Amino acid sequence: MLRAHVQQSALLVVLSAAVLVGCTNGEAGKTAAGGGQAAAPAIALLNVSYDPTRELYRDINAAFARHYEQEHGRPVEVKQSHAASGSQARAVIDGLDADVVTLAVWPDVEAVAKSGLLRPDWQARYDNQSVPYHSVVVLVVRKGNPKKIQDWADLVRDDVSIITPNPKTSGNGKYSFLAAWGAALATGGSEEDARKFVTELYHRTPVLDTGARAATATFSQKGIGDVHLTFENEAHLEVDEAKGELEIIYPPRSIRVDPPVAVVDQNVDRRATRHAAEAYLGFLYTPEGRAIIAKHHYRPWGNDSPSPAAGEEWPKVETFDIEFVGGWNTAMKKFFGEGGVFDAIYNPGTAG
Amino acid sequence: MKPSTRHPATTPTPIAAALVAAAVAIIGLVIVVPLVSVFYEAFAEGAAAWWAALAHDPDTRHAIWLSLTVAPVAVVINTVFGVAAAWLVARFRFPGRSLLISFFDVPFSVSPVVAGLALVLIFGRQGLLGPTLAWLDWKVIFSWPGLVLATTFVTLPLVVRELIPVMESIGPDEELAAVSLGANGWQVFTRITLPNIRWALLHGIVLANARAMGEFGAVYVVSGHIAGATDTMPLRVEKLFQEYRTPASMAVASVLAGLALVTLVAKFIIERRLESESRDLEVARSIDETTGLEAARS
Repeated sequence: MLRAHVQQSALLVVLSAAVLVGCTNGEAGKTAAGGGQAAAPAIALLNVSYDPTRELYRDINAAFARHYEQEHGRPVEVKQSHAASGSQARAVIDGLDADVVTLAVWPDVEAVAKSGLLRPDWQARYDNQSVPYHSVVVLVVRKGNPKKIQDWADLVRDDVSIITPNPKTSGNGKYSFLAAWGAALATGGSEEDARKFVTELYHRTPVLDTGARAATATFSQKGIGDVHLTFENEAHLEVDEAKGELEIIYPPRSIRVDPPVAVVDQNVDRRATRHAAEAYLGFLYTPEGRAIIAKHHYRPWGNDSPSPAAGEEWPKVETFDIEFVGGWNTAMKKFFGEGGVFDAIYNPGTAG
Repeated sequence: MKPSTRHPATTPTPIAAALVAAAVAIIGLVIVVPLVSVFYEAFAEGAAAWWAALAHDPDTRHAIWLSLTVAPVAVVINTVFGVAAAWLVARFRFPGRSLLISFFDVPFSVSPVVAGLALVLIFGRQGLLGPTLAWLDWKVIFSWPGLVLATTFVTLPLVVRELIPVMESIGPDEELAAVSLGANGWQVFTRITLPNIRWALLHGIVLANARAMGEFGAVYVVSGHIAGATDTMPLRVEKLFQEYRTPASMAVASVLAGLALVTLVAKFIIERRLESESRDLEVARSIDETTGLEAARS
């Protein structure tokens, strides 16, 4: 009896070992084959970014790697990390080894700078205050625009429900809030009117996701809500993906979204990657970089249209920037700080 | 094991039937349908597309590889810890013993996200050990060791919890006999203790491994989300889903689900062994008693 037990358990151990070894060999073989393509040691860069830029940077990274190797003879591999902008800033501050940060909003990059990882003059390093591309907040609606949404005022009708991420954690959420606030001011409203408008708007928000991508999934895949407030680039991706089920509405006026980029000084100096990291962000301003940016429906700095050669035009939106709603320092405290406007107006219980 | 008819069947049959139907409906709705739909979505574009999604995407490949290394390392740590800790609390009585046993359960009661954040607070750049780690140039958080730590934490109770009752029920007699016959510590462990607990140990290991493979919350916090570097399988599933690559996402999910099914089968086999083991033990004891009686008589 005991001997049978010992034999059986031995068999089990041998079998599981065989399975493990099998997996290991298979995987190791694949990894070795994958790594074998690059002979020279590649410079490894890490770009810590926010949610909607995954597809953009996948293309940028491939083009930059070709460009850098041609110019400087060394291969580069850029790795990407994406999540909600605020949590990404936090991760870099806590030690995520980013060579560059490309975050959604200025306060997130500034938070990284304040932790001592960036030099205080980070914003002056690249053109346009280190903002290589911008976007606008637009409205995504269901096919045929059944709720007849054209302008911000239509969002607070009783039969409309709205999807937007949480402005506390998401850059997209912050911009959507500020777009609504600014639109109310821009049409001649007072601060009081703006407050009333955003209160109404967030009462029509059944869920607040933490990040832009989660909100997109809620609207397009789970089918919740009538209008999704999001960046133009994210809206294009969402609409393309929905295969005709969704469409974009450009409101007459909206906020200009300025996502800044920065080289993380302390990390690149420690890892000796400054040269490649600076070239990487510089690449975003080159004609090749700008063409890729425009292809992904961001509006690159220095371009007047998506593709100057083809004579295409960007849809016209009258934009205001962050200064119009008080600038980031004021906005962060006044709207999104502890006990700020957003805390005062958003009660999850009253949603729906 | 437990008598199944503790309460005699006084319940009227229609109610029993309704309860069975409800249980079947709930299991179908909550477990079977989602599981089947994962496999359906994964193979929606055919087996070739399924394979391509797993094998031809370097980031996905890396995620599978990472899960297959992080989980076993965490399981090995927990096995060593679990055997030592179970032996300690099963064989010795000391002040604070009950407190120690309840500490084993902390990972079950603490949210995995909190566990991850706690690791960041200790090992992060601004954390307790941050400056020391930076000086040594060791990466813990947002790197491989952080994933192992987080996974070890959430799976900590599984092995030790499995072993304590078995060790207590077996008792120290055989070990004491071995020692009295001159066996050293290692001999007692490999020849007496380990064979006695092997099925329970294997059960704990299988459960810990399943939990380790599927862990999301704690590793989400400490991973840093670097594609092709610190994304484990569950994180990769979420990322692919958010990138609108649902079939690829479901392909990875189907691998996870497949591993879970293998675990289930292994668990089933091991549980059968555990049962027969405890029966054997009883039989052996009764034989001992009778032979003991005969010996006394003669």
